[in-house]
Amino acid sequence: MPDEQRSGATRDGTDNANGTLAVYVWRGDGTGGGEQRFDVPRQDSQTVLDVVTWIQQQADASLTYRFACRVGMCGSCAMMVNDEPRWTCRTHVERVARNGELHIAPLRNLPVIKDLVTDMDPFFDKWVKAEAIHHPSAGRDDEFAAVTPDDPERIEASAGIECINCAICYAACDTVAGNPDYLGPAALQRAWTLYNDSRDDGGDAILDAVSRSGGCHSCHSMGSCSHYCPNDLDPMGAIAGLKRATAKRFFGGGRG
Amino acid sequence: MNGGMNGGTNRGMSRQSGRAPARIRGHALWYAHILHRLSGVGLALFLPLHFWVLSLALTDVAALDGFLAFTELPMVKLAEFGLVFLLAVHLFGGLRLMALEWLPWPAPHKTLAAGTLAVSAFLSGIFFLQAI
Repeated sequence: MPDEQRSGATRDGTDNANGTLAVYVWRGDGTGGGEQRFDVPRQDSQTVLDVVTWIQQQADASLTYRFACRVGMCGSCAMMVNDEPRWTCRTHVERVARNGELHIAPLRNLPVIKDLVTDMDPFFDKWVKAEAIHHPSAGRDDEFAAVTPDDPERIEASAGIECINCAICYAACDTVAGNPDYLGPAALQRAWTLYNDSRDDGGDAILDAVSRSGGCHSCHSMGSCSHYCPNDLDPMGAIAGLKRATAKRFFGGGRG
Repeated sequence: MNGGMNGGTNRGMSRQSGRAPARIRGHALWYAHILHRLSGVGLALFLPLHFWVLSLALTDVAALDGFLAFTELPMVKLAEFGLVFLLAVHLFGGLRLMALEWLPWPAPHKTLAAGTLAVSAFLSGIFFLQAI
């Protein structure tokens, strides 16, 4: 952290020691709503989740939001922060506030339940639709599968396993916004991961699922998923892998 | 404690989820996407006009000569620069997409996107300089 931010005035326009932050929180439900302003005391190393928690505990106990681990592992606290999807527990206020203001809203592209809580069902239903579920190739009585870390397929699989299901990529994607049937970056990346996992026996089922309408070929490679992924994963690259694999199979080239 | 609720500020539905916030689109790959789309639409509009003018060589030679004289105007030269830029950016944007989707390259996507723009500007610039 640069020195000038440690010592007082920050680039977000507030004063760390005793300033306040103007926070506009979207309040409402599935039928509609709007922003409500709260003035929140500014603190050092304050995260956006800290701000939301302060409001819920100190200003308005009826504010509804979702979080669990607070350390960027569970993927439950993602929200729109100043119009960008972010994991709020790992997003420092000083990095995202503009002119001492924060606008916090529920994740884009998902139905709102109440305030900052979205209904994640459509998101996870699409994981199942994409066959992004484990298809066992062995039972408990079989030998352990040997997994070689430097195998090219394993490297492809390993690239995506740190996904925490936060739906930030889903919220960032314009194709999801324009096509409700599109499976979305997270589900497709999971499908690609399983497709490359030597222990998964569902290769053909996965390619069938992701090559239907709304599957990987609906992706326009805008790259917002990879741009916003908080874990620096590359869903766009994974979807490109599925495009290659489905095309290779279509032209009789076998496994892509 | 100087914090507290200051209710009543209500901006209506402007930030309701489901609307597309413009900030999400402010990155290189999204610009590459929209440039590819718009250049495609531009070319689709241009091509019928282009073929119609070519057909004048058979149907109305005088009109064709009049049109060719019109293309000597500086504004038309500038428009031709734009046209070649659209062609080049669409061509290289397409090559970039094919590379992105067919070659399992790691991730120099942004470099490819920038390269698309640079080569297109270079080619259309050369064309423009030759024209004037």
